Amino acid sequence: MAAGATGGGSIASDTYAETRNWLLMPAWLILAVLSLAPVFLMLIYSFLTKEFRGGVIWEFSLAAYDQFFFDRGLFGDEPPKIEWTYITIFWRSIWQAGAATLLSLVIGFPTAYYIATRPAHVRPIWVFLITIPYWVNLLIRTVSMKFLLRDQGPLNDLLISIGLIDSPIHIVNTDFAVQLGLFYSYLPFMVLPIYAAVERYNFALSEAAADLYANKWVTLRRVLLPSVKSGVIAGCILVFVPSLGSFLAPDLLGGAKNLMIGSLIEEQFKGNAGNWPFGAAASMILLTMVLIILMIFARQQAKAQKAEG
Amino acid sequence: MSAEHSIAIDVKDAVKRYGSFTALKKISLSIMDNEFFTLLGPSGCGKTTLLRMIAGFEDVTEGDIFLYGQEIANLPPYQRPVNTVFQSYALFPHMTILENVGFGLEMRGKSKADARKRAGEMLEIVQLSQFSQRKPSQLSGGQQQRVALARALAPQPKVLLLDEPLSALDLKLRKAMQLELKHLQRETGITFIFVTHDQEEALTMSDRIAVMSAGELQQLGAARDIYESPRNMFVADFIGETNLLEVSVDQVVNGRAICHLGGGHELTCNQVDGIDVGSKVHMSVRPERLFISQEPTESESLKGRVLDNVFVGTDITTIIDLADGPNFTVRTSNSDRGNKRIFEPGNEVYVNMELGAARLLVD
Amino acid sequence: MASRRYEIKAYTGFKTITLLCLFVLYAPLVVVTVYSFNASKSITIWEGLSLRWYADVFVGPESETFKLAARNSFLIAIIAATVSTTVATLASTAIVRGGQFKLRTVSFGLISLPLMVPEIVTAVATLIFFNSIALERGLLTILVAHIAFCIPFAYLPISARMQGIEDSYEQAAMDLYATRRQAFTKILLPLMMPGIISGFLLAFIVSLDDFIITNFVKGAGVETLPTAIFGAVKQGIKPNIMAISTMLLSVSIIFVTISYFVSKADNTK
Repeated sequence: MAAGATGGGSIASDTYAETRNWLLMPAWLILAVLSLAPVFLMLIYSFLTKEFRGGVIWEFSLAAYDQFFFDRGLFGDEPPKIEWTYITIFWRSIWQAGAATLLSLVIGFPTAYYIATRPAHVRPIWVFLITIPYWVNLLIRTVSMKFLLRDQGPLNDLLISIGLIDSPIHIVNTDFAVQLGLFYSYLPFMVLPIYAAVERYNFALSEAAADLYANKWVTLRRVLLPSVKSGVIAGCILVFVPSLGSFLAPDLLGGAKNLMIGSLIEEQFKGNAGNWPFGAAASMILLTMVLIILMIFARQQAKAQKAEG
Repeated sequence: MSAEHSIAIDVKDAVKRYGSFTALKKISLSIMDNEFFTLLGPSGCGKTTLLRMIAGFEDVTEGDIFLYGQEIANLPPYQRPVNTVFQSYALFPHMTILENVGFGLEMRGKSKADARKRAGEMLEIVQLSQFSQRKPSQLSGGQQQRVALARALAPQPKVLLLDEPLSALDLKLRKAMQLELKHLQRETGITFIFVTHDQEEALTMSDRIAVMSAGELQQLGAARDIYESPRNMFVADFIGETNLLEVSVDQVVNGRAICHLGGGHELTCNQVDGIDVGSKVHMSVRPERLFISQEPTESESLKGRVLDNVFVGTDITTIIDLADGPNFTVRTSNSDRGNKRIFEPGNEVYVNMELGAARLLVD
Repeated sequence: MASRRYEIKAYTGFKTITLLCLFVLYAPLVVVTVYSFNASKSITIWEGLSLRWYADVFVGPESETFKLAARNSFLIAIIAATVSTTVATLASTAIVRGGQFKLRTVSFGLISLPLMVPEIVTAVATLIFFNSIALERGLLTILVAHIAFCIPFAYLPISARMQGIEDSYEQAAMDLYATRRQAFTKILLPLMMPGIISGFLLAFIVSLDDFIITNFVKGAGVETLPTAIFGAVKQGIKPNIMAISTMLLSVSIIFVTISYFVSKADNTK
């Protein structure tokens, strides 16, 4: 997603121009079949009828979307009422993802800034330290966070033993635990784009601002932030989108009460109680939301590039 | 409040160290009110360091800095009524140039409307009003430079600092801006402190020049004085062109020193305090103070052979080799073509100078 | 008299937040690692150091499950990484060194598609795909799914590396009568090796670690390490899970570190 305007970076040469179609074929084949086609199939499935033991019957039906949005059948006796259950779940997911993004921003921005202003030879080490946890299995990271925050977990033990609290703070199975889990999962994605932007920033601008009577915080707000805006937005998107469709954090840390889109979808394909078309429909809605966000972002980037050109 | 001859910036025994490296080795100088003052020197001499210390971006390791009598060394930059024109201009890319120029005023508490109004006036002065809604990246280098200037002057600082602001401009534009800056200083009456490595630029624009090298002040004075009476070898060599000769002082008679140039050649020149008989020192003679003749003349005359002539447009530079002695570079103006004779290489000629042309240098 | 330096880049509190951030990132992992050495049976009470849970993983009651799952995971990871790295290398050659052509941007978009789509959507879509062609869910479906989403992860370091190599070397080779293929295999490939290795390691880790997509397409009888761990966690966090987790996260960290240092190696000098 951090690709340049040409997509794929600069053209180094055209040495292999002749054979390029053959070279690309394996990638095209695999990805067209396994990435692109499935999405269209998913779209189709969302308009099919559900099979009772999982799977679908190849019969056209609007039942899935109907179930999502409306209380009764569209064509029933009474006028349809909006079914809020699923919409609420989607809304809650947006809210949770937003909160996690905000948390990542508040912690991630100062971190990215601090690292970017370290001496040049030290910076890669910091970046490395920040990104290593990302490469640890997400499941393990989420499990370890759950372990840490449990009522009988080490965090509560510690707080009780040093006398800060009397009885364990109940963190797991709350909204906050989920946000914390999402923050923990995707923080490096907030830090890296902001880091890249601050590294490119010309600090002579900060000097000029100070020279013109602005103190440091005003300089941050009016000179630095506007200059690194694209990095901040990229970071926010890179955290928000995965958080929206996340499954592990809500499932392990949120408990049954706090259903999010990921859990909702997962349920539809588990065992015999599932509803495949419904799951496909929910996935399509999620995908559409994500694509809209990405398109807005891409348009913003194009505009910004044009302004700088 | 600033009287005619009060001191705008007073630097007292300023020292700047970075770890074990000393960038400024105890500099003291005073810059007057309403003066165009230049810090001149090669890269690394410390001139930019001193400027940044006055602006507030470098701390003072030792010593004091006073602005119209007020101590400023401990003030952060945004509390000093001093503004800078940066070498890279540092215009805020996301603001229009009107917003850029108004920024300092906003920071000082003016309302956005007032700031914009005054910024508009400043842009008129630098003749960029029609671009006021553009972003810096849409302007040429020369235009950006004028915006940087307007932005620094808008808050009406007590002193304006300019850090090699013309170095990115091409020659013609540069010369035009030099005059404009001089003019601007006269009009506004604000003290300008100008940093450059270009000695010709310094000579053109400045009231006074401080020549610096390796963290030390070499000489401070008016442009003409520095040119005609360089104090030491560095200044003589750095400013303008000169013939630098190693001489030994044979005799001192009535304020005159008779110096031996090597190979039996002798010159008489004015004596300088601190130089006595037997001293081995350097002597500086400006090429334009010499003239060539076929026969010896009544001035100091040295016999030699023409090596080469170089045509440089307005002048002809002739290099003459003294037998067993040093070479001399003589600059002759091209104005009197008909009457001036050009001596071809190989010819035996005489190099002549009047008494005051040669100058002994305290090293 | 000296003055204090005006640190234009420093903001109060930023350093603290950074350290806090690092602490939060590593604390859970450290805690799990420490508790994996807990001698006590209960995960809440600390009873001293012991390796018993590591032993339990290998020989205890659930060890067969885990061993099988681990075997599956590594097998799939190796194959998926190999295939996706190869495909990514070829694709990268076309995109970086194929000149400007109409499908270039689209190709790059296609390759980065898996990165931009939420993983659960990919999981659902892939499952539906297998269902629609009536392919039996199992190891094969997992492998195929992994190959697809590993390609972008392998692609990024490879193409980055390739862009950094000037094509003057290949042109020199062809000037000396090498064919395009020879220039590729004898010149470009060796120079790109660090990028290829780096891409392979990343693809390997991504495959090894994957949970969501694997969980969807694996079918009832097959487990990989992450799905096995998840299943076990659902029954409650037990100490042997910590042991496995510690082992798995160590593998990840080691591989990523190797990948990092390999990609830094500059063999063009």
